[in-house]
Amino acid sequence: MSNPAAPKLNPPDDDVPAGARPKKRKPVQWSFVFILVLVAVSVALVWRRDGTQGVITIFMSDVWLFAEILPRVLAGCLLGGFIAAVLPHDRVSKSLGPHSGLKGLLIGAAFGAILPGGPFTAYPVASALLAVGADFGATIAMVVSWTLIGYGRAISWELPIMGTEFTLWRIVISLPMPILAGVLGRFVYVRVKERFEL
Amino acid sequence: MSALLVDIVLWGSVLGVGLLTFMRGKPVFQAAMKQGVGDFINIAPRVGIGVIGAGFIAAIIPPEFIISSLGPDTGWFGVLMATIAGAATPGGPVIGFSLGAVALKSGAGAPQVMAYVVAWALFAFQRMILWEIPFMPARFVWFRAAVSLPFPFLAAALSMLSGKP
Repeated sequence: MSNPAAPKLNPPDDDVPAGARPKKRKPVQWSFVFILVLVAVSVALVWRRDGTQGVITIFMSDVWLFAEILPRVLAGCLLGGFIAAVLPHDRVSKSLGPHSGLKGLLIGAAFGAILPGGPFTAYPVASALLAVGADFGATIAMVVSWTLIGYGRAISWELPIMGTEFTLWRIVISLPMPILAGVLGRFVYVRVKERFEL
Repeated sequence: MSALLVDIVLWGSVLGVGLLTFMRGKPVFQAAMKQGVGDFINIAPRVGIGVIGAGFIAAIIPPEFIISSLGPDTGWFGVLMATIAGAATPGGPVIGFSLGAVALKSGAGAPQVMAYVVAWALFAFQRMILWEIPFMPARFVWFRAAVSLPFPFLAAALSMLSGKP
């Protein structure tokens, strides 16, 4: 799921040492390196400010947090695996694929808006959609719609904290954005794909 | 309480879709299970680095930075600062929205707060490193983020034009 769009011919490379990964995995590694560098710098800064004790305190509380969310990660992965197995590939690629037009983007956006749960459901499901034939455009519409229009976060947090007027206007203003993001995504993707061998 | 509810919905969906998969036949179910567990083994360490990393990154972002970025600064520079603040805000929705509400009450412009909330929804670094990058293909994440860049500014512009909220 982590790289569903990779060509099927590639052997599963999970057990291949990092240095020997095929070229296609390069972008994955770069974002990983980027995060590691960011984290290393942050750890160093915390250490300089709060000493070893400060580093240990943060580390321990984060390890606990990790242990808490681990079951949800598992649930998300299983959900993604099941959804990819259940969804009919031909119909998904027809209604959410590169040639699905505006309708595909609308379906993606509507789906993102009604999807229940948190990030541990949204991203595995999005990744499963990519794997069974949705294109970047429709998937971007879905993810952006989930973050901006999804009702869960708006009802439980934004409405009580920000107030009704702000929340409603924020949602009205955000309404066109998932579609715009999908259109932009498709438009740019087709033009960038060849040049950067994405 | 709400965490329990979330877990019930989550595992309920897993069971429901799992059952649907099982009805497609045992080999389909087994293959899907294998895929899911394989993904978990692959993704869990990355989520781990994301969680631990996000904690340290959050610790070095001075809270004053977020609050001062949402000051009564008007105009497009204020929108730019609000966008950066939205991406840099650590923690979950409570922190993000509370900072926005405080800013709104203490005189920050509505378009800037609008840009802040939209930027937080689109780019909050914690959600990106914890969830989006481990679960999605990296090129999708960068691509999605790149095409989303104009939206906090668009939100602020629409808010300025309409005079709302």
